[in-house]
Amino acid sequence: MTSTSVIDDLKKSQILELLEQGKRLDGRALDEPRKLVIEVNAIPKANGSARVRLGDSEVVCGVKIQPDRPFPDMGDKGIFICTAELLPLSHPSVETGPPGPDVIELARVVDRGIRESHMIDLSQLVIQKNKSVVGVFADNVVVDYDGNLFDACAYAATAALLSSKSPKWEMQNDVPTIVEGGESDVPITTIPVSVTMGKIGNHIIVDPNGDEWASMDARITITTDSNGNICALQKGGTGGFSFEEVIKCGELSVKVGSKIREKLKQAKEGA
Amino acid sequence: MGGRDTTLVLLDENGIRCDGRKVDEPRRIMIKAGGLKNADGSAYIEFGDNKILVGVFGPRDVHPKHMSNTDTGILRVRYHMEPFSVTERKNPAPSRREIEISKVIKEALEPAVMLEKFPRTAVDVYIEVLQADGGTRCAALSAASVALADAGIPMRDMVAACAAGKAADTIILDVNNEEDQAGQADMPIGYMPSLEKITLLQLDGVLTPAEYKKCVETGIHGCKIVYELQKKALTDKYFGNGESK
Repeated sequence: MTSTSVIDDLKKSQILELLEQGKRLDGRALDEPRKLVIEVNAIPKANGSARVRLGDSEVVCGVKIQPDRPFPDMGDKGIFICTAELLPLSHPSVETGPPGPDVIELARVVDRGIRESHMIDLSQLVIQKNKSVVGVFADNVVVDYDGNLFDACAYAATAALLSSKSPKWEMQNDVPTIVEGGESDVPITTIPVSVTMGKIGNHIIVDPNGDEWASMDARITITTDSNGNICALQKGGTGGFSFEEVIKCGELSVKVGSKIREKLKQAKEGA
Repeated sequence: MGGRDTTLVLLDENGIRCDGRKVDEPRRIMIKAGGLKNADGSAYIEFGDNKILVGVFGPRDVHPKHMSNTDTGILRVRYHMEPFSVTERKNPAPSRREIEISKVIKEALEPAVMLEKFPRTAVDVYIEVLQADGGTRCAALSAASVALADAGIPMRDMVAACAAGKAADTIILDVNNEEDQAGQADMPIGYMPSLEKITLLQLDGVLTPAEYKKCVETGIHGCKIVYELQKKALTDKYFGNGESK
């Protein structure tokens, strides 16, 4: 996401100097995420939506729910697809055109976190086996960039899914037809929370902001579910982690994730 | 994937897996250094039924020029699957999955390669999956390390890779295709054994914190097995009866 500039190189030494004293540029503790603001049902025309601000990174997610053909080998399961896109208005370095590897990775990691947690019970989304199922599409758009889009998009998608209302379909004359008044929540089994940590020097920091993101040697994104189990993980960046660091990051993701999970629940109930 | 119903027995009562392996046993692994004439370095790996060829070019001039960096060399990795490598023909155009895997393999190799010695140049790693059977990214990463070493590019260590995972509620080493499809978790790991650094780490599937720790340990154990075979491949070529270049 967004290339490194000369200014970033200069900031890196300052960030590292502060970290040696256990401090961060914006005054946060090393294991402290930024302020998370969640507004659900921001887009009423969608079946569910959320506008999420994580520090100064902002993401809008809309969920569309519609009948679809099942995947050939998954006739007894509904479809879930999550995407992410960086809009050109989110940062001066973002250009229009097909997504690059960074954005493809972002979308796939966000999708994997939610998918692997089995947040949505896809077996409940079948209209007629092997013929017609319900498709749930969560599309994230990044409207403002200040680092750590992995978590910002994951929280937006999760909040949007929690707030979604799905119509009910029945097969009539071989066509899925909406049943009036059959609206219900999407079947949710767990609330996945992704926590992204950066490594700068030998320091592990939670939720890197834009300046920290540009200075990181490596990063790791870990998604945990409501039971405190780890369900998806992605390491990125050009540096490496020791075994101890990987275990520590796992513990951090459970601890930080549980607080964020409460915020996501509150956002749904407040709607 | 994961959690799909199947009649396949992943682990029988004697602790034997669907392909006859024990829980901590990797598949058959064969690595060969060299083999391609035109590439500066190359390697071929057979990892179970995976068959992967890797060619390395460089350090060489960067095209397009704007990609070059005056401070360091750059590493470019293309992971590509042949249309005939999987059961259903794969569209030959690079998929989003292949673009992501290219990126994670690149980032896994970068800590090992001393690119700073070659500013304004590029090292290109071309990975061609001829036959795929689960765990291609680990096999490809292991072969790419050997190909880079074969090209004589200075490295801090080789990256060895192997996956660990969970099937039938048991942590297993080297997840095969059936276990990936029907199992509970898959965790590919890339590791530099001499430097004790993890450079590739992904996971899909649910693990408790205790299983997570065991899974990383199991994967690292697998990487160390692969590492010995990587070194053997290079020794065979340069000090054994293998062809001389």
